[in-house]
Amino acid sequence: MKKIFEKVIEGILMLSGTVTTLTVLLIIFFLFKEGIGLFGKSPTEEGFTVAVNRENPVNELSTDQIKNIFDQNIHNWNEVGGNNDSIILFRMDDLFNYYTEEELAGIDTNMNLLTSKIDEVIDKNKGIIAFISSKEIPQNPNSKLIHIKAIGLGSFFGGKEWFPTAQPVAQFGVYPLLMGTLWVSLLAILIALPFGLATAVYMAEIASPGVRSVLKPVIELLAGIPSVVYGFFGLIVVVPLVQQIFALPVGETGLTGSIILAIMALPTIITVAEDAIRGTPRSVKEASLALGASQWQTIYRITIPYASSGITAAVILGIGRAIGETMAVLMVTGNAAVVPHSILEPMRTIPATIAAELGEAAKGSLHYDALFALGCILFIITMIVNLTVQMISGKRTRNKLR
Amino acid sequence: MKKIIISIIALVVLLSTTQAQKIKGSDTVLPLAQKEAELFMMKNKSARITVTGGGSGVGISSLIDNTTDIAMSSRKMKLSEKMKANASGSTAQEIVIALDALAVIVHPANKVSKLTREQLEGIYTGKIKNWNEVGGDNMTIVVYGRESSSGTYDFFKEHVLDNKNYAASILSMPATGAIVQSVSQTKGAIGYVGLAYIEKNVKAVSVSFDLGKTFVKPSFANAKNKTYPIVRPLFFYHMSTTANLVKPFINFVLSKEGQAIVLAEGYITIK
Repeated sequence: MKKIFEKVIEGILMLSGTVTTLTVLLIIFFLFKEGIGLFGKSPTEEGFTVAVNRENPVNELSTDQIKNIFDQNIHNWNEVGGNNDSIILFRMDDLFNYYTEEELAGIDTNMNLLTSKIDEVIDKNKGIIAFISSKEIPQNPNSKLIHIKAIGLGSFFGGKEWFPTAQPVAQFGVYPLLMGTLWVSLLAILIALPFGLATAVYMAEIASPGVRSVLKPVIELLAGIPSVVYGFFGLIVVVPLVQQIFALPVGETGLTGSIILAIMALPTIITVAEDAIRGTPRSVKEASLALGASQWQTIYRITIPYASSGITAAVILGIGRAIGETMAVLMVTGNAAVVPHSILEPMRTIPATIAAELGEAAKGSLHYDALFALGCILFIITMIVNLTVQMISGKRTRNKLR
Repeated sequence: MKKIIISIIALVVLLSTTQAQKIKGSDTVLPLAQKEAELFMMKNKSARITVTGGGSGVGISSLIDNTTDIAMSSRKMKLSEKMKANASGSTAQEIVIALDALAVIVHPANKVSKLTREQLEGIYTGKIKNWNEVGGDNMTIVVYGRESSSGTYDFFKEHVLDNKNYAASILSMPATGAIVQSVSQTKGAIGYVGLAYIEKNVKAVSVSFDLGKTFVKPSFANAKNKTYPIVRPLFFYHMSTTANLVKPFINFVLSKEGQAIVLAEGYITIK
């Protein structure tokens, strides 16, 4: 009877373990499946295309060139390898500038009329570049499709412009977002680690039970405060403070985000590290003291090395919190998608981008895929951090204790 | 237990017989539509209206897919969207229910109190970087805007930036309230918000859309008499086949009572 009971318990444990692992693997699979969909696609919105006059010698344009043309930074075709002819922009709704309302009556139901009118405009204007629905193209004898380079790994990681909703071509350059994320979370962990570890050591080894019984619940309470509240606190208090101290034009900077993130990561680091330090067996500590080591020497040479794997866990959890935090960062870093040159500039992080933009991205669209690809990057960063920290701490433990 | 079941069944029957309609779309129109729907339902006990946001584009694509009865929108339907909607045979009907003006705000200590459209375009596309280029002090311009999911983002881009892309260096804020807060505490800041959001701790600038000949201050009166240029209509769209279902509510919104709510919510009435 007892054996069957044990077998059942064992089965349940195994099952729950398998299910959890499978779920995690499925989530990762889903993330990467959606993210990879971005690559190899044309950066124009589905169902739309860019066309020019048939006699225009230009066949191919890069996304940067198209953006600059439509932003009116490039005015002449000879700047992109064409004839000396000024560029005329045309969007579907511009049709009403070329024809009167009467001439276009019923255009939204009459496909042939629309097609012929667009074709007429393209035929009449040699320097035109038109952003139109791709349905009209096959029947248009006077227009020529422009070939746009597909999104590749190079333009994704190396691109410095993040304009996911720009028309006619969207730009997905994650370099500024990646840098923003790394800067903000790296500084956050640099601030949080010394403070967190110091507090953990103090609470575990030095503080009297009375102080500890007050400190511990207060610190744990910090972990329970919603991140929006931290963000709001940052916006009202830290942002003006940073602005005044450094005499900046704007207080929403990477540093502001790092400070808020550091405060948010503290409770995690302190709680986990403190538990690890308290887990050091009394006998080991007493042996050290008996050999004549002072309390500080015992903490430094015995307790911390003994608890290093737990402290590592605290660090990983802290970094995880810093890299993945969304709302608070979204509110205080300014979210400008530019490559940062100093920590005192506005930055945009990957989680903030996903949070701000996923709501508007239609399922299956380019933008949606791009946001999932961002998720993949975040996942890979966290994985690398975890592996590195584990490797380092593994070496440490062996060296110090054996 | 029986009572609960009976009441649930009664509720279901009641719901299915009453006129249920769904409204979806622009987050700008959302608070207004919610207030209108609440009052309409109070007056017509049989009416059931659910209002959800999501953005103008979401509302219009739901209208095309037939998953909503009315689409709220803070921009006109695009030609391509109209074509898709009309493909099913019935046509999309457009009703202007209110107007909304966008104001450009700066820090109260800023000397600049008027800007032309061209200057605004320069500032938001990153070509003008210092206030002394537009008649102010020697101070870096800190540009605030909304996230790209916002209809206001699109409207400002189309109407003020002449369809050019925003500069990448713009600080994008998750909400209009955050723009007001940031502008009020940043000396070199500039931002755009709905007229209803203007507070004492920020300064609204006059704008000119005729190359600097006339500058108009953003106010309800100027928006109403059409001298203020950055005004956008707010739309309801519905398909012609559902006209009978949605007409009572739309008529209510356009009525004196409905327009009073428009005013109370900080928008501009159409008449």
